[in-house]
Amino acid sequence: MINKALVIGAGIAGIQASLDIANSGYQVALVDRQPSIGGHMAQLSETFPTLDCSQCIMTPRTVEVGHHENIKLYTYSEVADVSGVPGDFTVRIRQKAKYVNWDNCTGCGVCQEKCPWKAPAEFDRGLGVRKAIYTLSPQAVPNKPVVNPDVCVRLQSIAKGEKLKCGACLKFCPTNSIDFQQTESFVEEHVGAIVVATGFDVFPQTRLPEYGGGQVPDVIDALAFERLLAASGPTGGKVKRPSDGKEPREVVFVQCAGSRDPEHGVPYCSKICCMYTAKQAILYKHRVHNGQPYVFYIDIRAGGKGYEEFINRAQQDEGVVYLRGKVSKIYRDGDKVMVWGSDTLSGRKVEIAADLVILSMASVPSISANGHRVPGLALTLDENGFYQSSDAELAPMESNLPGVFLAGAGIGPKDIPETVAQASGAAAKVLGMFRQALK
Amino acid sequence: MGTPYFPGCTLATKAKNYDISGKAVAAALGMPLDELPDWQCCGATFPLATDNTMALIAPTRILIQAEQTHANKVTTLCAICYNVLKRTEVSLRKHPEQLERINWFVSTDETTAGQTYTGKVQVAHFLQQLRDELGWKALGERVTQPLKGLKLAPYYGCLLLRPPAEIGLDDPDQPTILADLLTALGAEPVDFPFKGECCGSYLTVNKPDVPAALSGTIVESAAKHGAQAIVTACPLCQYNLDVKGRLPILYFTQLLAESLELGEEISNFKSQMSKGAV
Repeated sequence: MINKALVIGAGIAGIQASLDIANSGYQVALVDRQPSIGGHMAQLSETFPTLDCSQCIMTPRTVEVGHHENIKLYTYSEVADVSGVPGDFTVRIRQKAKYVNWDNCTGCGVCQEKCPWKAPAEFDRGLGVRKAIYTLSPQAVPNKPVVNPDVCVRLQSIAKGEKLKCGACLKFCPTNSIDFQQTESFVEEHVGAIVVATGFDVFPQTRLPEYGGGQVPDVIDALAFERLLAASGPTGGKVKRPSDGKEPREVVFVQCAGSRDPEHGVPYCSKICCMYTAKQAILYKHRVHNGQPYVFYIDIRAGGKGYEEFINRAQQDEGVVYLRGKVSKIYRDGDKVMVWGSDTLSGRKVEIAADLVILSMASVPSISANGHRVPGLALTLDENGFYQSSDAELAPMESNLPGVFLAGAGIGPKDIPETVAQASGAAAKVLGMFRQALK
Repeated sequence: MGTPYFPGCTLATKAKNYDISGKAVAAALGMPLDELPDWQCCGATFPLATDNTMALIAPTRILIQAEQTHANKVTTLCAICYNVLKRTEVSLRKHPEQLERINWFVSTDETTAGQTYTGKVQVAHFLQQLRDELGWKALGERVTQPLKGLKLAPYYGCLLLRPPAEIGLDDPDQPTILADLLTALGAEPVDFPFKGECCGSYLTVNKPDVPAALSGTIVESAAKHGAQAIVTACPLCQYNLDVKGRLPILYFTQLLAESLELGEEISNFKSQMSKGAV
């Protein structure tokens, strides 16, 4: 038994599982494909139902992971292969080329200031811009940049064998940490147990043509709206719509966009949308006092401690208008976004000329760029592509493979408290395995 | 030999210019349409019917006729006939027990005594043939008089595209087939948000104010987006959209005829039936 664990995915699930294992005295290798840790939780503005600042409550944990003597962090990396047996897995990790020597880099940020090349920021769901050399956010852990080869003209001139262009970061880096000769590299880790916490992604708007198919600039998904609300976001927390930067006065939230819709989307309920939509509507109202938020919903599913009360607060105290019905069509009309829907409680057709529409898109399992979840691990998936627990009721954190445990939204949509609980549960399973071997 | 062609009642009466221009264009493009010899009404009510078996009998008779040509294909121009025939084709293929029941009925009926349908026919809309058999590029090369500078709004309506699982011609919410055709003809397609909304359909018979309101919204939106005319593939849409002569409502075949220079008597824009003129 190798008393070391591999944790795949450094969202809040992977972070929690890693910390629990590491704080029990065991080594952890934590892998994430992004340059820094935090996953989707790092993108959120506030959390429900407490309206805590997401970054603020998460930062102590991300920093602890970054400094922990028992955690070896592999960011901007992916698991390339897993072989071996429970208790003795060999894991091959691909470290993507960062073009920055992280051992020397102090994270001063001068390279990002000086870099003249910009691209839409993925972390801001395309609403903001980032440089060709970038970190995901100012709170990034590790706070060290990587170079995007699709945007950097220096790398492109090298690839084409042309005369070398730009080099602003090279010139200004005070520690000479820029290294355009860097290539991807592989490392091997030997671990006894694995926690798979690869999380979720957002169903693409292009799959919902009746809602504009992603072609209407002022129809955005809820994760993008989190970035508009976030103080660290592209607008500094001011609600400005993408098309013209104006403050939206009439805002429509559409719940179950792609969820509970076997015809166009996914058949299941994405579970978190009722709560985060209420949260977003409240936060919008706090930012834009004379604004009017509307929420279209099928049902309100607010099972959870303090959740129903939170919905009541949105409806009764915060002036959010709830309309029970589906939206049938969204289209652009001049500088407005027209929303056609029904209010099934009054039996009337509703038409709203909105300034901004936010789609609560379905949560779908996250898949890596090469289409695999974890290469080398034959994990069973359910009909929707989520990991299948070995027993949905009594062993939710156990996979079909011995020594491989599951946590978080990769098993199915779930909120932060449930994800954290499950991550601690998966960590307990790993620790149990290590302890068993000592006997 | 051409493709067996089912014109349907409207194209034989009120929408003759759709039929004439369609057949002429098809012949000019080397993909002629051969009218079925002794066709009858498709039934037209499939989308409304509650008793699926009764609604399927009339279209099955047409499928039998098409099968008898051994081409195992039938092409339509009318979007409603297309919808009815296509959905019948799909339904009978999917449900053998339904096919058996229908066959029992038609084979004992005096007009179709002894005949049965074996399920071989593929129903196509002429637009589909243009796209899949000829291709937009090849069509563009045949155009002798490009429709340069013409801003035309493609209007699809409901029945040409829905339900998508059965029809499968194009995306029902963001279709492109008519716009692609117009681009091939050198015109400028005008996108507008109501391209797939209902025109009011049969309600024009007993509640004409409903289609008047729905069609009014559609036509105004097209005009607002800069369209000089609306292009359709459905005679009922053509009829309903012709609101007080606000915009010309044209069949795609008329524009094809124009761009292929088949002569004024074929494109025949003047004959366009207008409620104002009737």
